[in-house]
Amino acid sequence: MAEIIPKRGDDAPGDVSSSPARLTVNVSDGALIPDRGERSLFSAWRISFFGAIVLLVTLPIVSPSPYLEILRFIPDGVVTTFQVTILSILISLVIGLITGLGRISRNVVLNRIATIYVEVIRGIPLLVQLFYIYFALGQIVQVPRLTAAILAMSICYGAYMGEIFRAGLQSVPKGQMEAALALGLSRRQALRKVILPQTLLIILPPVGNEFIALLKDSSLVSIIAVADLLRRGREFASVTFEYFEAYTVVALVYLVITLFLSKIVSYLETWVQKRGVQ
Amino acid sequence: MAYNSDTRVCIRGARKQFGASGEIVALNGVDLDVYPGEVVLIIGPSGSGKSTLLRSINRLETLSAGDIWVDGARVTDPAIDIRKIREDVGMVFQAFNLFPHLSALQNLTMAPRTVKRREKTEADRDARRLLERVGLADKEHARPDELSGGQQQRVAIARALAMNPKVMLFDEPTSALDPEMIKEVLDVMLDLAKEGMTMIVVSHEMGFARAAADKVVFMDEGEVVEVGAPAELFDSAVEERTKRFLDHIL
Repeated sequence: MAEIIPKRGDDAPGDVSSSPARLTVNVSDGALIPDRGERSLFSAWRISFFGAIVLLVTLPIVSPSPYLEILRFIPDGVVTTFQVTILSILISLVIGLITGLGRISRNVVLNRIATIYVEVIRGIPLLVQLFYIYFALGQIVQVPRLTAAILAMSICYGAYMGEIFRAGLQSVPKGQMEAALALGLSRRQALRKVILPQTLLIILPPVGNEFIALLKDSSLVSIIAVADLLRRGREFASVTFEYFEAYTVVALVYLVITLFLSKIVSYLETWVQKRGVQ
Repeated sequence: MAYNSDTRVCIRGARKQFGASGEIVALNGVDLDVYPGEVVLIIGPSGSGKSTLLRSINRLETLSAGDIWVDGARVTDPAIDIRKIREDVGMVFQAFNLFPHLSALQNLTMAPRTVKRREKTEADRDARRLLERVGLADKEHARPDELSGGQQQRVAIARALAMNPKVMLFDEPTSALDPEMIKEVLDVMLDLAKEGMTMIVVSHEMGFARAAADKVVFMDEGEVVEVGAPAELFDSAVEERTKRFLDHIL
């Protein structure tokens, strides 16, 4: 999981709560975030990324059958994977915002509901949630596969997003809210104009990481027969029985996508730090 | 003592307790009258309740007992629309608390536009005038992290003034500043005092007190120990506690 830790450095004496805090976003989840110190030509990221690309290019040239056929067969799946990922991340952002606000709410009921949601969802494996929404709840209301997939991913990641929003909201120094209130803003106005804009900037990198994690987890939806990248590979293999070749290409395509995205997240992190939320 | 209708800020029997059973007493029955145009400096050792008292005036802290009126409106009335009062009470913080995602100009115009629904062009024009007044006309596009501490605090003062307040509260406005930047902030405050702004300042800047304060309030252990004109209090304090504290900081 991503963590946001406000670092309080050499604060002014006295009112510690309102002194500006330097913010760092520590990412400890396995989204292969390139270490910015590792800039050599043969960094792990470069070897993996370009290695995967070289393989994806040379294999079809050296052995067009089946590799070229596989590469022609799976693009539909890539589109579906991105469709599921992007829609799920958008919905989970909305759920996450509401949950994060609930988690810091002084309203006991809202707070409790948000906390229970986070606890329950984080305690159930995503695959089980997927089965639950598609098969179990499917006995009551049958929703299309794709909808069920997106629903399950959104509800699951909404809980994680909620924690990111909570950490982001709490990492904005208390003095910001006080300054806004002192100027006559309502709590709601202060949240919208002062706290949220700063939160969104802070949580950008961890949200990027969730996006990558969600993209990888989206391969689970193939189990309810959504034709994503993994499913397309399987469909190919089940006809030709070339499991090794099909799943090699699937793995390489996932790898190229996630490594590419993790590079973007790493740049985002640098950019956010440069913009310096004080 | 009853409410004094001649005051801009009137504090009566202000009490503030913390802790499970209220065992920590931050304010222990404070009375204070601040008249329109007056500049009042509050001094005292840390933990004496000065900041708590100041923050109670716009209800960033709620009192346990007692009452505070600002321009006749009872701040401590739970039914009052506190936002209306806060519009009239400017506040400047020790840590500046500028909005880091907004430019200097936007820091000034955000509240007038959000709270008072002012037109952008009008709000911008007034904000530019205020930035000029605090000597930062050329910094309107700068973000807070591009400004020095002294400049940030001057923007913060201008931001509070942009709401056209009837009284300004300063909570240790210079304690987070490097020594060479204190003067630029105090100069802005001096100008403000000369123009007749009602000001309540928690600070130990004795030079500012002598130059601008109408009265100095010495607080200790949540109580007002002594009140007097700056010269009077600094040179011939009556109370032993006041003398001891002044010996310490002068």
